[in-house]
Amino acid sequence: MARDPFRLIAQAQADYARCIDDDRLEAWPDFFSESCVYKITTAENLREGLEAGIIFANSRDMLRDRVSALREANIYERQSYRHILGQPYILSDDGAEVRTETSFLVVRIVQDGDPQIYATGRYLDVYAMSDDVAMLNQRIVVCDSSRINTLLAIPL
Amino acid sequence: MTQHLTAESAAAKSAWPPALTRVPYWVFQDEAIYRAEQEKIFRGPNWHYLGLTEELPKPGDFRTTKVGDASVIVTRGLDGGIYAFENRCAHRGALICLDKHGHREKDFACAYHGWTYDKKGNLTGVAFKNGVKGKGGMPASFRMEEHGPRKLRVALFQGLIFGSFSDAVPPIEDCLGGEISSRIKRVLGGRVPVVIGRFTQVLPNNWKLYIENVKDSYHASILHLFFTTFQLNRLSQKGAIIVDASGGHHVSYSMIDRQEDKDSEYSRQRLRSDSGYRLADPSLLEGFEEFPDGISLQILSVFPTFVLQQIQNAIAVRQIVPSSPSQTDLNWTYIGFADDTPAQRLIRIKQCNLVGPAGYISMEDGCIGGFVQRGIAAAADKESVVEMGGSRAESSDSRVTEASVRGFWKAYRACLNL
Repeated sequence: MARDPFRLIAQAQADYARCIDDDRLEAWPDFFSESCVYKITTAENLREGLEAGIIFANSRDMLRDRVSALREANIYERQSYRHILGQPYILSDDGAEVRTETSFLVVRIVQDGDPQIYATGRYLDVYAMSDDVAMLNQRIVVCDSSRINTLLAIPL
Repeated sequence: MTQHLTAESAAAKSAWPPALTRVPYWVFQDEAIYRAEQEKIFRGPNWHYLGLTEELPKPGDFRTTKVGDASVIVTRGLDGGIYAFENRCAHRGALICLDKHGHREKDFACAYHGWTYDKKGNLTGVAFKNGVKGKGGMPASFRMEEHGPRKLRVALFQGLIFGSFSDAVPPIEDCLGGEISSRIKRVLGGRVPVVIGRFTQVLPNNWKLYIENVKDSYHASILHLFFTTFQLNRLSQKGAIIVDASGGHHVSYSMIDRQEDKDSEYSRQRLRSDSGYRLADPSLLEGFEEFPDGISLQILSVFPTFVLQQIQNAIAVRQIVPSSPSQTDLNWTYIGFADDTPAQRLIRIKQCNLVGPAGYISMEDGCIGGFVQRGIAAAADKESVVEMGGSRAESSDSRVTEASVRGFWKAYRACLNL
């Protein structure tokens, strides 16, 4: 069967969104390779070349720790997201790695309250491709705004 | 006079008890108090953080910020000096500068009618001042030097820019005092800061609830489990708080003692601390030796709204900007230093996970003020109890105290005559 990176990546992204929105956070690190980079930053920080993120991880274990902390340590009101993702746009494809950009809109629901637009932005991704799976080597979450309402608990 | 009436009408809701151990809840809700704060605190005789000198490296660089409700332009003048003035055209009040930051050799020009201002905030031009073809224009009596946005006094201290609308504010060193000054120097002294990130956290609460939280060393190891579990901050470990004579500034610090405790008051009181929780990737907490004094945590505040934070190698300044009685912007600026090695810079970036809107040990501070704001919604005539560690607002060897919270209220009440 011919390799179809678009289909694999679109499938991986839909799965990623479902995983977070369905509160299966323990499975979230599995979308990443072991020595991945995951960062949440903002368009303004990216433009200015500022390296630090709201969240920064350079290993899958750091993502696991993020989930454990959310489950075991951190205090925040019960909340959920609804991710609405655009189509992945393939920036480059060298056979082993595919770079994509995908827009997102995330609505947050705190307790059982009003759905509120929490974040918009784009994923700048590097996928490691195999025959039947696309795995994230890198995901830079670039929020359009630098304003974060109250706190950021659940990952984007 | 108006302000006097304001304070009186607010006080009529329920008199403020004389002791520092009670804080009436209306002070977090009242519109009149909010307006009085704008005048007496934000435009009053206090120093407000405006930015870092390193954020304006070249003549002509500028940034806009806020001091309370006032939008302020901070510039590096063509003469190399730092200046600040209200971002309000002297003509009809429009914002002079719309950009968050930038570089301008030329004067600022108001978009509305083209009035121009130099880097010091002086009015330098009025479009069609002399009319067109001898008709229209400003009267001959109009003097540009008599018009302009309000200028702020500017003070530079250890790379920090402070500004004040008031001419009555004492010099910054006098205002800070020796102990607070030396604690700022301890973090920033003798090196060049580099901004590595800027984020704004929108807090659903009155600004004073956040400041109370910053100054509250009592809550730290109770609300923030992450901290406690990894022995970054236990009340039983070595540490202290410093409250300056005014009450308004404070330092809370602690030193890690990895050998110590385990069966401290925490397990006895069954506070959520001994979860046996461990990191899969502990490199997050593997810092580098940056401070010879061994202090791993130092939170410092300058009245009314500036915070300098050192948590291991995560250095940040926080600027608190109220936007209404029940909403506050918390501006985080994460800092590295010019002489960081790449490995050290990476450690700082990793440790920034501890702080900010998603911080392992600070995300709770983003919501806790909102829990109070919502909790007190129907309790304007009730008051909080701020009595841990006694009734005074002074330095203490114990961190099981609310002394620096009381210190804030001491300075606040002095400012507002409450």
